[in-house]
Amino acid sequence: MDTIFTRGPSLNIRLTLALVLSVTLIFVDHKLDGFKSTRVYLNSLMSPLQYIANLPGLLLSESAQRLTSQEQLLAENQKLNNQLLLMSEKLQQFDVISKENAQLRELLQAPVRETSRKMVAELMAVDKNPYSQQVVINKGAIDGVYLSQPVLDDKGVVGQVMEVGSTNSRVLLIADVTHAIPVRSLRNDIRFIATGSGALNELFLEHVPHSVDIQEGDTLISSGLGNVFPEGYPVAKVTQVVRDESRPFARVIVKPLANLDRLRHLLLLWQNKPDEDESEPEVDDVIDNEEKASDA
Amino acid sequence: MRKRNLVIWLSILVALVLQIVPLPSQVDVYRPDWVLVVLAYWSMALPHRVNVGVAFLTGVAMDVLVGTTLGIHSLGLSLSVYILAANYQRLRNYSVWQQAIIIGLMSSLYHLMTFWVQHLLTDIYFQVDYLWPVLTSMVLWPWVFWLLRRTRRQFSIS
Repeated sequence: MDTIFTRGPSLNIRLTLALVLSVTLIFVDHKLDGFKSTRVYLNSLMSPLQYIANLPGLLLSESAQRLTSQEQLLAENQKLNNQLLLMSEKLQQFDVISKENAQLRELLQAPVRETSRKMVAELMAVDKNPYSQQVVINKGAIDGVYLSQPVLDDKGVVGQVMEVGSTNSRVLLIADVTHAIPVRSLRNDIRFIATGSGALNELFLEHVPHSVDIQEGDTLISSGLGNVFPEGYPVAKVTQVVRDESRPFARVIVKPLANLDRLRHLLLLWQNKPDEDESEPEVDDVIDNEEKASDA
Repeated sequence: MRKRNLVIWLSILVALVLQIVPLPSQVDVYRPDWVLVVLAYWSMALPHRVNVGVAFLTGVAMDVLVGTTLGIHSLGLSLSVYILAANYQRLRNYSVWQQAIIIGLMSSLYHLMTFWVQHLLTDIYFQVDYLWPVLTSMVLWPWVFWLLRRTRRQFSIS
């Protein structure tokens, strides 16, 4: 049925339309952030494809689990038992210390830190866009996941939720070039901002003066400023400090503590925010973007 | 009629799934542009059915799946498919190997387009690794061509 009447608009018109639409989409999505709510529906619409794409890997890992030998399981069991013993010993101390800490804070009339709700999510290692560092996890709006929710693994901060679907959501890793996280040094409480480099094992510290006391091996923890990440979770370790006086700032390279390249189980945190409104994370985002822009 | 359209959309869906199937990171760099290759076949074989519109929609789907800013992949795909659909009569007469070179050109155009747009939006740097899919897509083309032509004849889609 290829008659001249069924063809519709000519190819050139179609191209112009498509290009104009694409550019509008890019502009509205990137500059105006206009698809926040639409993206949830689009993600939910597309999630069956992601589940299908994830199927081969799932089957493979499942059959691998079934085929593990008894010795391996016993060895693993032994290892986990040892770990459990060590952890519970630490936990005994921790209980006492945290109670003591709460009492001291009460004496100082500082607000007592509340424990927040947590949930374990599994990685649906789905996409690999070479230009950005993101992962998809198997928890979504149904489980209460919200935008810019902090995500951790067993070693440290992993990133924040950037898109929420109904049953899965996308996490922006701290190593992404568009991501920045406020941190402070565990040793001397100096504040920094760690931005991603695009490579999974590197972050940079922005605007570090040459005179600042920072050394290789320093641990950086999240400072809790910006209200996205809760305070006190380990983020990265300083691997290299280059104090080249011909440059305005020292070049500090840090390595994320979380194993960003071998994530499997992730921890979602719900923060108890009694006196802050919902719009806070957005403001933080804007600040981050502006900083990136002034860098470029 | 319905069933034939279904086959085209099904092939595009399969290509989308193949595009996002998780692979080990050593192999992942070489992942061919499944979606582009499949769209290229249909736009050369049936340029009145599959052209810029379908490419645009597929591109938006891809943006959602890969998590890029909406419109980036749709821009690259519609432009590449436009070039193919506009020259389909000439391209059909080429041998499969010559077509593979054209596919390589389209693939590099597509990758450079998506890189440039994302370079404008965020400060990413170019790595030569980003262009590996061009080679693998060229290698993939004869096989996809053969497979899709068989499918097309099987279901007599025209």
